[in-house]
Amino acid sequence: MTAEVLRREPPPAPADATSRGLAERVFRIRESGIVVVLALFIAVTAGLQHRFLSASNIQFVLVNTVIFALLALGETMVVVARHVDLSVGSVLGMSAYLSASLFGRHPGIPLPVVFLVGLGIGLGWGIVNGLLVAAGRVPSLVVTLASLYIIRGIDILIVGGSMVTANTLPSAFTDIPKETVLGIPYVAIVVAVVVAAGAYYLRSFRSGRDLYAIGSNPAAAKLAGIPIGRRVFMAFAASGAIAGVAGVLWAAQYGTVDSTAGTGYELTVVTAVVVGGVAIFGGSGSAVGAALGALLLATINSALYVLGISSFWDQAIAGFLLIFAITLDRVISVRLTEALRIRSSRRAA
Amino acid sequence: MGAGETAAGDAGASPPSGGIALSLQHAAKSFGAVQALIDGSVELRAGEVHALLGENGAGKSTLVKILAGVHQPDSGALIVAGREVTLHGPAAARAAGIAVIYQEPTLFPDLTVAENMFIGRQPLRSGRRIDQQAMRAEAAEIFTRLGVPLDPGRIARGLSIADQQVVEIGKALSLDARVIVMDEPTAALSASEVARLFDVVRTLRAQGAAVLFISHRLEEIFEICQRVTVMRDGRHVLTADLDGLTADDLVRAMVGRDLEKRSRGEQAAPGETVLDVSRLTREGVFIDVSLTVRAGEIVALAGLVGSGRSEVARAVFGIDRYDAGAVKVRGKPLRKASPTGAMAAGVGFVPEDRRQQGLVMDMSVQQNVALASLGRLRRAGFIRSSSEHALAVDWAARLAIKYGRLTDPVSMLSGGNQQKVVLAKWLSRKPTVLIVDEPTRGIDIATKAEVHHLLMQLARDGVGILMISSELPEVLLVSDRVLVMREGRLAAEFARADATEERIIAAGTGQAAEPATEPAAGQASAQSAGQATAERSEP
Repeated sequence: MTAEVLRREPPPAPADATSRGLAERVFRIRESGIVVVLALFIAVTAGLQHRFLSASNIQFVLVNTVIFALLALGETMVVVARHVDLSVGSVLGMSAYLSASLFGRHPGIPLPVVFLVGLGIGLGWGIVNGLLVAAGRVPSLVVTLASLYIIRGIDILIVGGSMVTANTLPSAFTDIPKETVLGIPYVAIVVAVVVAAGAYYLRSFRSGRDLYAIGSNPAAAKLAGIPIGRRVFMAFAASGAIAGVAGVLWAAQYGTVDSTAGTGYELTVVTAVVVGGVAIFGGSGSAVGAALGALLLATINSALYVLGISSFWDQAIAGFLLIFAITLDRVISVRLTEALRIRSSRRAA
Repeated sequence: MGAGETAAGDAGASPPSGGIALSLQHAAKSFGAVQALIDGSVELRAGEVHALLGENGAGKSTLVKILAGVHQPDSGALIVAGREVTLHGPAAARAAGIAVIYQEPTLFPDLTVAENMFIGRQPLRSGRRIDQQAMRAEAAEIFTRLGVPLDPGRIARGLSIADQQVVEIGKALSLDARVIVMDEPTAALSASEVARLFDVVRTLRAQGAAVLFISHRLEEIFEICQRVTVMRDGRHVLTADLDGLTADDLVRAMVGRDLEKRSRGEQAAPGETVLDVSRLTREGVFIDVSLTVRAGEIVALAGLVGSGRSEVARAVFGIDRYDAGAVKVRGKPLRKASPTGAMAAGVGFVPEDRRQQGLVMDMSVQQNVALASLGRLRRAGFIRSSSEHALAVDWAARLAIKYGRLTDPVSMLSGGNQQKVVLAKWLSRKPTVLIVDEPTRGIDIATKAEVHHLLMQLARDGVGILMISSELPEVLLVSDRVLVMREGRLAAEFARADATEERIIAAGTGQAAEPATEPAAGQASAQSAGQATAERSEP
């Protein structure tokens, strides 16, 4: 980042360079802000309860984060394009049950196949959402709210009163979240790489930038000839597919899967994304920020547990963070616009 | 500045006019039963700036949208660079080398300037990744070519409309557009911004581009254009060299008749002071603004866009708060930040942006007219649509509003008629003081004259009018007194007899107040305020 900033000179228009610097500085502060809050939380909690920084707890927090960070990656792609995907929790639930139940029906099924099945289930629902939003022109809030209930309903029909229990799962599967490299869960590293790749894709490829453009100004995107429908469709398909994979990981993590798996996750994911600095009305934010948001929520969740505070506070704090983040973004946006406008007009004067 | 001296030079010395860059022949387009365009024809030569003139509803917008690939003509031919083409969409128009710059550009506020120019076709490096550096370098190169110091790396949020247009023009150049259509680019620009835009346009022309320039301001057309095409009622009326044509010729061609010149004529002495604004200050926006408006008087508030004119008006009406000072109407102080209070005291406010602030676009014509009078129309808490209708019929007739049915949504009316609806809304309250912000922006010449006439008539009926306007001919035509704002302060005041375009521009840009050695711009100091007050000539 810094190297890039330095290399961009010699400046063609030094007069306006401060405006750029200001905007970039603000966004960097916005993301490092999450890191600061995160560090504060960890420091305070660890000060009160040393158990918080134990290897097993760190591992627990990271694996918890992994699932939400994955979902947040998909959600980011949708939200930057000024849409929302509320179906991710239901998709995760269905994928978790169906993929885990494969082990009972097909003993010895290779793990990659199970992951592919989960991905396929998610992709299927993502395509349905994407088609309804992109081709059907139905607002995504409505489409995915409906699919949230429909998918959950189908899930309940399939699962009935039964459940998959951990003892039917091969240990190779349930060990996935437990394997560590230098104390860090293997999946956490993989997901970190995936999130980084996703963020890089959104930043450095035309189709990724198109999503930001669509979210920033849909009317302008149309005039600019951006294939809006195709891009939005792809974002929903990707979000669904990622939720499907997250479902398989969920089954591996918790072992016991019934029809309630992943209930309410969609709101946590949207919270993580917004707390992570992705503008709820699209146009800006990054997948890395969203993943940091997920990490922050998981850390808070764990910190409260470790400190023996009622889990009611977990939701209250998440709600507070959400309001804080949205207010902060709004204030930043208004202030930044004003500052840039004043600088431009000074320059013109 | 020097708008005047460049005009002559420009029209005379013409760079070699090349071949025909674009020719639209007898294009027709109808929407449902409405024939928006019956015979749309225009021919653009390389290296010329070609004016397209016509009243609102003459079919200019439809013609532009055909060139932009947004609409497909029902019949007629479009020939670009010698080949007949069909434009299926904006992308096809772009591929054919046609770029359209709209009055209010549609940029992506969250993306950088460079990305706005190159979205969807960013330069790539290995692995189909976007080459940020190449993209910014290319954008910077284009801005250098245009002679505009814009940073390609900043985000578009906060750019002035003038800069946004420059970004769009840069985009057009990066696309290698040979035909650039500018749809009323100057409507929202201040005088200095217009001057800079014209420099850019001259550069484009020197580089052999064909520019189609649409504007309602005739003086601009004579300044920058070489040829003109006039449209009326969806048909092509005239194409000619501007040399040898007068403004009256153009108006006649547009309107189809001679426009009667109405000037203010002799005024009865203005009455008592109806609006008294004293030492109004809003930190960082405007400082120490004092003014009075008397019954029957039209006071113009001139100055550059961004000098704080609209903000003063909004504060007076109570939309924004102010930090110090007082506003009195007929001697009674107005409550701060209370539009309801201002309305009750008899103040009306016609905002600058009628689509967003003046009208509820989805509501009917009659609902919009009645909107400010609901209190009077209410019977036992209900609004009777019959009384709404009666009120609207009355005012539509008085203002000669052209409409289909009063129950049609107001969005179906033309810009000029929409503005009349906003006026009707306030006039039906019989205001004591009427504040109008850019009352004729984006309105065709005939309707403009009607609005001017209406304002003068209101003044004759004893209404005190405070008019904000960037169009100096309008200011000079309509007003009794001219106040000029600069950088948030009142910089000068002219009586009707003393006001000239030159003096207003000089006061608005600070050229008269501050000779050669100008202190740091942007920081209006106490001294300059002193200078400004000293310069005021009380009537």
